[in-house]
Amino acid sequence: MGAGHAHPLHLDRDSRVHRLAPEVKIVATLLFTIVVVVTPREEFAAFAGYAVLIALVALLARVPAGWLLKRSTIELPFVLLAVVLPVLGHGERVDWLGMSLSVDGLHGAWNIFAKGTLGVLASLLLAATTTMRDLILGLDRLRCPTVITQIMTFMLRYVDVLIDDARRMRIARLSRGYDPRFLWQVKAFAVGVGALFLRSYERGERVYLAMLSRGYAGRMPSPVEATAPAREWALSSALPVAAAGIAVAAAVLA
Amino acid sequence: MDDVRAMHIANGIINGPVSAIFIVVAVAGLAVCVRRARVDLDDRLAPMAGLVAAFIFAVQMLNFQVLPGVSGHLLGGTLAVILVGPWVGALCVATVLLVQALVFADGGLTAIGLNITNMALIGTAAAYLLVALLLRVLPRTIASLGATALIASVIGVVVASLGFVAEYALGGTTQLSLGGIAATMAGVHTLIGVGEGLIAATTVVTVAKVRPDLVYALRAFRKQPIGAQA
Repeated sequence: MGAGHAHPLHLDRDSRVHRLAPEVKIVATLLFTIVVVVTPREEFAAFAGYAVLIALVALLARVPAGWLLKRSTIELPFVLLAVVLPVLGHGERVDWLGMSLSVDGLHGAWNIFAKGTLGVLASLLLAATTTMRDLILGLDRLRCPTVITQIMTFMLRYVDVLIDDARRMRIARLSRGYDPRFLWQVKAFAVGVGALFLRSYERGERVYLAMLSRGYAGRMPSPVEATAPAREWALSSALPVAAAGIAVAAAVLA
Repeated sequence: MDDVRAMHIANGIINGPVSAIFIVVAVAGLAVCVRRARVDLDDRLAPMAGLVAAFIFAVQMLNFQVLPGVSGHLLGGTLAVILVGPWVGALCVATVLLVQALVFADGGLTAIGLNITNMALIGTAAAYLLVALLLRVLPRTIASLGATALIASVIGVVVASLGFVAEYALGGTTQLSLGGIAATMAGVHTLIGVGEGLIAATTVVTVAKVRPDLVYALRAFRKQPIGAQA
């Protein structure tokens, strides 16, 4: 079944970015996103600079642009929100193609679109270059409480089991000629969910007891105990440092 | 805001200072939960917590139609609270959100504080208080456990969505009218809450019938398991 080793957004390649320790990648992504979010929305040049940085990292990580773009459609709901803002917003208005658009709404739309897209792309790069196991290891090394990493480990162990079981049950239901998809048919869905839950719990309980009897004590054994060398921290800090440099340059030049 | 997947706030919807404040709020809240959860987390609860988190994670991927054009997914806070208790439950929801932000780019990394505050802290706290109240006053039957799950889900989801409205009032980056947002959010989330409530109720009732020992809320509020006399 291969549960818990990869996730749908992981891109199995070998690159300098893939080989970096997970904790340095998490920190770099987080810092980069913070720099992007605190940049004032009028600094258009700065956002272009961030996009270039993302493209460079993608190149270094050997993640194809098409792959990134296809998966960045997850933020589409927010893009829709961005589209309605200029029409619904208040304040000063401009005319464009016969439509009266709010200036504040246009800025707001740009703000959501630019920051949202850059954030999604940064997260996608992290996900593409890091397996789930490594992410948990990284969070553990960043002193994330073991209760949380423990819940996360089990969650990832079970999520594939659940999805597979749900698929089997759905196929069984479909093959009996029933396909509930509307609110008034929610009972069939809910009953299936209840049965799914119990089936999975009893499987999970057995797995957990088996783990306990093999010496599990709240933390998965790690093959490499070493933490990230300073060189990796330095390499990955290039991304947030460059982003901060762009932000400062844009603020000074403006 | 018709698409309910917008439940996970992305980067840049709420301004930087407010996002930062709520990261502090979320970290403080989760720190309390972590401390209290250590007491709760025994051999029975550990796999249950993982399963509840996995379950919320999986069920959030299954979108169901609420109205034409509006699809929703579960938040799962009430389910978590009833099955694993408030502290571990909040951590389960927070873990799901963290993984979604890190791995699935769903919900911005800088908005994680907002999302955790709304869904893992405010939503589950409201649900837990209701569960605690209702299980004490309602008759000790399976049906009233289901009713509790339903009511707590609706209120929990709506309260979580109003958390977003409050954050938007504090630091929204655009000037949409606040009343309009509040009405839209509350309206859409009442519908979601009903769907969520029905599913949470059925799941909890199924578990309570077969394995009443697994339901945290029953252990906490009803010393004698309701399955015992059946």
